[in-house]
Amino acid sequence: MAELKKANVQGMHGEQLLGRTQQRFFDVARDADAYVYPWAYEVDFNKRAEFDAKDMDTRAINLQIRKLMSEGNGTIVVHNPGAKHSLGVGILNRLKLYFEGSLGYFGCGLIDGPNVHIKGRVGWSCAENMLAGTVVIEKNAGSCFGAAIRGGDLVCKGDVGARTGIDQKGGTIIVGGRTGAFSGFMMQRGRMIVLGDAGANLGDSMYDGTIYVGGKIASLGVDAVEAEMTDLDVAWLTRKLKAYEIDPPKDPKKMTKIVAGKQLWNYDNLEPTEKKLVL
Amino acid sequence: MCGIAGLIHRGRTSDIGEEMTKMLQALKHRGPDSTGYALYGTSGGDGKYVLRFKVAEQEELRHGFKIRELIKERRQEVDHRLQELDAKIIEAVNATGYANKYVISYTGDLKKLVDYLEDIEGVELLSIGHGLELIKDLGDAKTVSDQYKLLGFRGTHALGHTRMATESDVDIRSAHPYWAYPFSDVSVVHNGQLTNYWNNRRDLERRGRRFMSNCDSELIAVYLADRMDAGDTLEDAMRRSIDELDGVFTYLVATSDSLGMAKDTMAAKPMVLYEGKDFIALASEEVAIRSIFPDEIDTFDPYEGEVRVWRN
Repeated sequence: MAELKKANVQGMHGEQLLGRTQQRFFDVARDADAYVYPWAYEVDFNKRAEFDAKDMDTRAINLQIRKLMSEGNGTIVVHNPGAKHSLGVGILNRLKLYFEGSLGYFGCGLIDGPNVHIKGRVGWSCAENMLAGTVVIEKNAGSCFGAAIRGGDLVCKGDVGARTGIDQKGGTIIVGGRTGAFSGFMMQRGRMIVLGDAGANLGDSMYDGTIYVGGKIASLGVDAVEAEMTDLDVAWLTRKLKAYEIDPPKDPKKMTKIVAGKQLWNYDNLEPTEKKLVL
Repeated sequence: MCGIAGLIHRGRTSDIGEEMTKMLQALKHRGPDSTGYALYGTSGGDGKYVLRFKVAEQEELRHGFKIRELIKERRQEVDHRLQELDAKIIEAVNATGYANKYVISYTGDLKKLVDYLEDIEGVELLSIGHGLELIKDLGDAKTVSDQYKLLGFRGTHALGHTRMATESDVDIRSAHPYWAYPFSDVSVVHNGQLTNYWNNRRDLERRGRRFMSNCDSELIAVYLADRMDAGDTLEDAMRRSIDELDGVFTYLVATSDSLGMAKDTMAAKPMVLYEGKDFIALASEEVAIRSIFPDEIDTFDPYEGEVRVWRN
């Protein structure tokens, strides 16, 4: 029960820890070491560094972030990122990272742990394959937002493009505005909140997971069906939105809940984020 | 994957040559094979047309025998045929040896003029219009801009393209933008693939339209011009194209006074839009828009099936 309580505090549903098969694949005593990166940097949030990326290319910017982390800086501010691609990727330790501008494609991909704040907009495939941490974008985002994320919270306060959360395997995606067509396509786990309208074929071919929509849904995809909002849903939504200081456009109770019409039990195993939580 | 870009100023002119060069250079990584511009300037108007044509491919200059004599002969034949049609050459600029810009005064049938000139072996009209000047060549934006002296080109709106050749050759003929023969001032750039290209092409050819390349992007230009010739507005033609053209595509189209964008219903190809009060810029990637707007601005992705048109 301690795990359940911990999960609720983190804003997760209890049932995410109650899958049927996780006991077979996950053993706390045996797997504990597998969730610590030996090359992760020990940083101090109170140690802060900043630099101007205006005349730097992607590689130089990412290497500079790594250098600052290796020096123990736990808070890093990047000025003038200039919508360059693949910035802030592959960060595997805790870190407060601030981008004072916009990112291009694949920003913050493959991260596991940092808390990233982006003042501008992000291009396609932001936070792709994120394992844990938070990424908060103040403006808009492109297509494939949070593609294949497995954990963490990905938040865009503006509008996002098409195929949001395609192949989502865990974690939470929050969209403050509208999302485009094929959002939640082949979604396998996790939760998505869209406060505005959703484009055509929402949740097409989704296996599992939950999508909450505040606005109109252009159409549902194959296998996506409307489900009843429970008190647990409302409590979770309220808590999540409050955590990111987002005001829902309407009462969370009145949002539409979309789930998979078919249940596939082989997606019951715990995701890495959840395993870490238990550990 | 190709990169496309467009810009339009409202109620004023600007150095669109420099602006588009910066945008396309920022998109170089999306396509290094060739770069093209459709610039809407002020050389034409008042019965004047600007002709952009080539009399050889760049490749021929390196490997062709007696190509320089042929180029000279072809250009003399162009001059001769213009004279025959009572078209007066006001200005002639030889940009690269094989690519030319003529400003002519002409009041006759445009299709007749175009067909007569293209009847000369080795001669291809890249564009004709009161404002449109279509420049395309091999290499990146800086190379093409330097070659054709595009910095300082003043105008109201422009399209641009960086090409990664996937389905046709690396030559000027296959480079974008495409002009919609025989209609003046209509040009298109496109990122994507059309899957019903041949069906549409055969239909248009049966109705007298001609194609200079085997590139699917050319179809969009001809298709739109055909629809507008049938009475559709630019926006109507573009909306119809979303249903009738099959495949994945994002394209930009320009006419003498407008710039439009359309995205297919899958939204499979990227486009980022900045919409200011006096200036609109679009590109496959935001980094291109940032190249002319260093300060923080609001940009967004147009949605699936979306069509937008702006006038200058």
